[in-house]
Amino acid sequence: MYRYIVKRLLLAVPTLVGAAALVFILMRLIPGDVCVIRMGSGGSHVDAAAVALCRQQLGLDNSLFVQFLDFLWSYVTFDFGNSMWSGNPVAQEIALRLPVSLEVAVLATVIAILIAIPLGTISALKENTWLDHVVRVAAIAGIATPSFWLGIMSLILVMNISAMATGKPWLPPIDYVPLWQDPLRNLSIVLLPAITVGYRYSAVTMRLTRSAMLEVLREDYIRTARAKGLLEQIIINRHALKNALLPVVTLIGIEFAFLIGGLVITEQVFNLNGIGRLLVQAVQNQDNVLAQALVMLVVIIFVVVNLVIDVLYAWLDPRIRFS
Amino acid sequence: MTAIAPNPDVLSDEALLRRRTPWRLALNFCRRKPLGTLGLAIVLVIIAAGLCADWIAPFDPEENDFNAMMQAPNFVHLFGTDQFGRDIFSRLVFGARTAMLVGFGAAVGGGLIGLVLGVASAYFGGWFDLVFQRVLDVLMAFPLIILALAVVSVFGTGVFHVMIAITIPLIPRCGRVVRASALAVREVPYVDAARALGFSHARIILRHMVPNVVAPFLILLSAFVGQAILAEAGLSYLGLGVQEPVAAWGLMLQGSAEDYATTAPWIAIFPGLAIVLTVLGISLFGDALRDAIDPKLRDR
Repeated sequence: MYRYIVKRLLLAVPTLVGAAALVFILMRLIPGDVCVIRMGSGGSHVDAAAVALCRQQLGLDNSLFVQFLDFLWSYVTFDFGNSMWSGNPVAQEIALRLPVSLEVAVLATVIAILIAIPLGTISALKENTWLDHVVRVAAIAGIATPSFWLGIMSLILVMNISAMATGKPWLPPIDYVPLWQDPLRNLSIVLLPAITVGYRYSAVTMRLTRSAMLEVLREDYIRTARAKGLLEQIIINRHALKNALLPVVTLIGIEFAFLIGGLVITEQVFNLNGIGRLLVQAVQNQDNVLAQALVMLVVIIFVVVNLVIDVLYAWLDPRIRFS
Repeated sequence: MTAIAPNPDVLSDEALLRRRTPWRLALNFCRRKPLGTLGLAIVLVIIAAGLCADWIAPFDPEENDFNAMMQAPNFVHLFGTDQFGRDIFSRLVFGARTAMLVGFGAAVGGGLIGLVLGVASAYFGGWFDLVFQRVLDVLMAFPLIILALAVVSVFGTGVFHVMIAITIPLIPRCGRVVRASALAVREVPYVDAARALGFSHARIILRHMVPNVVAPFLILLSAFVGQAILAEAGLSYLGLGVQEPVAAWGLMLQGSAEDYATTAPWIAIFPGLAIVLTVLGISLFGDALRDAIDPKLRDR
């Protein structure tokens, strides 16, 4: 098992270096200069000497190779530098915005699991009944519905209902408050985005849970368990669901990793100041240091989550562990 | 000597051939897969709407009419008008053209590149495969939004550039699935035979291996069309895709949530429904196609 983990960690290194190279190149391909944007954001005349000085201070006058080595070295030493736009440490900028994104992602995952696993299981157990058809249609509809449109619809619904009830439309607050400070206000900020994202997420998971359960229910050991006269509840919970959840765990992990990098649109719809919006702002401002750090954060989360899933998978399934 | 009576369950070669004509296969598909047929019908209607948009749309989709701003659905404007007085139905019909162009263009482009690269990776193996896998890892982990921003910033906005931005992330997804299937094909004797005959790598990959991984590829392709339509809508909504005044479903949703939620909710409702209906149709057809092509994957 340790050899497997070490091998996987070594394989992650080229992925991280490749992602670093890609984001580095892409950020340099985007036309514009952070110094010009910073000085000319008010539409005033930009002094060429001041721009040159700014570029020198930010290290933008170095060769691209040196800039890339600096970028890589900053990740080896865990000193991610300062934002080229605000001057604040990158770690601080991210720490300010990460909680809201992380909370939405975690809550969406919890909602998805709570919806998907029971419904997927029931759907498989009641195969080809009206209940199964309803669940399957709901799942396909969930996959077909863009989460940002669902967000817009939920906002329209909330605004219209509140306007009818109180005469004034209500919108979720946008200034983030941590859960432990004001739980009610915190939930009023993150619950709607989490539900809209969680529905789509649950649709994908529900389909896989159903198909995995159907497959497992046709296995010989389930027939044996039934022949032994075991209670149906024990057969489902202990034998079927436990085995069917293996691919589902993988999917949940992969979807979670994608979610962290894909919250941009949801944050836009709900005016949330998460890392998705920060990333768009960083790219628009040509803040290379911040944009690179955010992309690397997303990639690292993706790689780590994938590694954890694979290790978990190998731990749960001895056939994989010993192969 | 008595003649042997033909077994009624065994079909003659002629009957088998007659059974496998495309028309009969299509008819069989429609009979066995009603939901898939419904999905196909929805997709065909949307494609037809996009192709015949000039004749179907009652109004110019880009023309503002400040005397008809934010009209609720009525007999003149079936789905109402937006904040600039533009007919929403006409914009939806023209938006179908954009959605289909980007959806099919990105799916076919990304799918074909992924298909060839995936098969090549499995065929060559070794270092090529190892490097290719790491490149796929990087592209899979990379946020789509950065790629889209880079493509749009470098090349500018527009339907073609949006298509490129969406095509790139589809390549690794296709490449990975196809590679897994191609690894099995690589071991079969006819590939060894082709190699022994001295055929070129390109010929072995394109003529002998690619046709044998077409089944998973087709299944993947149908899923990609839906994903590409959703991605286009998302990028246009963020202002990174198709730009005003071109009609695109995602673009029609931009700024419509809070601004007109209580006064003109139809501005947001109909474009979203168009996206849902189209992707639903593609998903239903894709599911049925997968069942028909690969019975092992049935019920997944």
